[in-house]
Amino acid sequence: MSQSTAATIPGRTEWDGGVSPMGVSYGKLMMWFFLLSDAFTFSGLLVSYGLIRSQHQAFTGDHAKFVFSHEYWPVPERVFEAVPFFHGVELPLVFVGIMTFVLIMSSVTMVLAVEAGHRMDRKAVEKWMLWTILGGVTFLSCQAWEWTHFIIGTDAGTTIKEFVNGSWTTRVIHGANMHENQYGPQAFADFFFFITGFHGFHVFSGVMLNFLIYYRTVTGMYDRRGSYEMVEKVGLYWHFVDLVWVFVFTFYYLV
Amino acid sequence: MAHHSHEPEVIVAPPNKEKIMHLWKVAGILLVITIFEFIVAFTMHHGSMKTFIFVVMTIVKATYIVGEFMHLRHEVKVLIWAILFPVIFISWMIGALVFEGMKMSDINFLR
Repeated sequence: MSQSTAATIPGRTEWDGGVSPMGVSYGKLMMWFFLLSDAFTFSGLLVSYGLIRSQHQAFTGDHAKFVFSHEYWPVPERVFEAVPFFHGVELPLVFVGIMTFVLIMSSVTMVLAVEAGHRMDRKAVEKWMLWTILGGVTFLSCQAWEWTHFIIGTDAGTTIKEFVNGSWTTRVIHGANMHENQYGPQAFADFFFFITGFHGFHVFSGVMLNFLIYYRTVTGMYDRRGSYEMVEKVGLYWHFVDLVWVFVFTFYYLV
Repeated sequence: MAHHSHEPEVIVAPPNKEKIMHLWKVAGILLVITIFEFIVAFTMHHGSMKTFIFVVMTIVKATYIVGEFMHLRHEVKVLIWAILFPVIFISWMIGALVFEGMKMSDINFLR
């Protein structure tokens, strides 16, 4: 764990080797720096999203009278208002609220697994890791449903005007993909797929890592090693995934 | 599976009640902030004040996750700064480019 930084040899600073100036093991430090570089990747997406979004016109009218149009950036709470088994009922942000709750709870169970690992309590680590995996799988399933709904679109669809063979025609489009978007400007759909997709990929990798940790705990690997530090390292990654979702939730769904 | 003699003797410590209570308290704070965000989302008029509240709430949540769940608040100062310092530049860049985008919007859609 944390090595003492006070035990330096006279004439040598704590940066001359032999001690850990940052007070954490090599593996944990590298996980921190990996997460920092991952934060750069996500902020690349967030920065470009902020630029493109603020370039577009905002919807200024009454939210109740909001309709989908390519003229302005959509109001997110009117886009994400569907919940499974409640077809046609407008429940703005309810489903994404459930997803947020699931991810925060799985972060809590992860930190409880880390706490159990400190005590070498294999049974408790197994229990909390299973809850964490369950939370991650639930979140991914929710996201799969949300993507499906986003791609299929609403029953009514949106009527667009387009120039085909020298004359203006109208056409009804449903849902969104990489070249058509019923909800608003094309960039809205593109950023939705890229940002939530990249985050979802991280959740998927996290579930894989969590399962690996769970497997190695069950087979007694960390008991033989005498340390559950791997739970801590993967825990750092899992909390980071939760942290990114906090930002995605605010900047894509709330603002 | 049969017991192997080379399995190590593991001493399991009792649960640290105080620490576990603290973790659940942090989880409670995160949930309360999220609920508060929902209330703001549905009751407040859309505007820069609303956006400001959301950004502040997000930073508070991020601080709790990184500080308590990821344990950064209890690490050595040099590690805290190694992580926080680059993040300051990220926030600056987000702010700068959002501002830039608004100026570009003003030019594109002269009002």
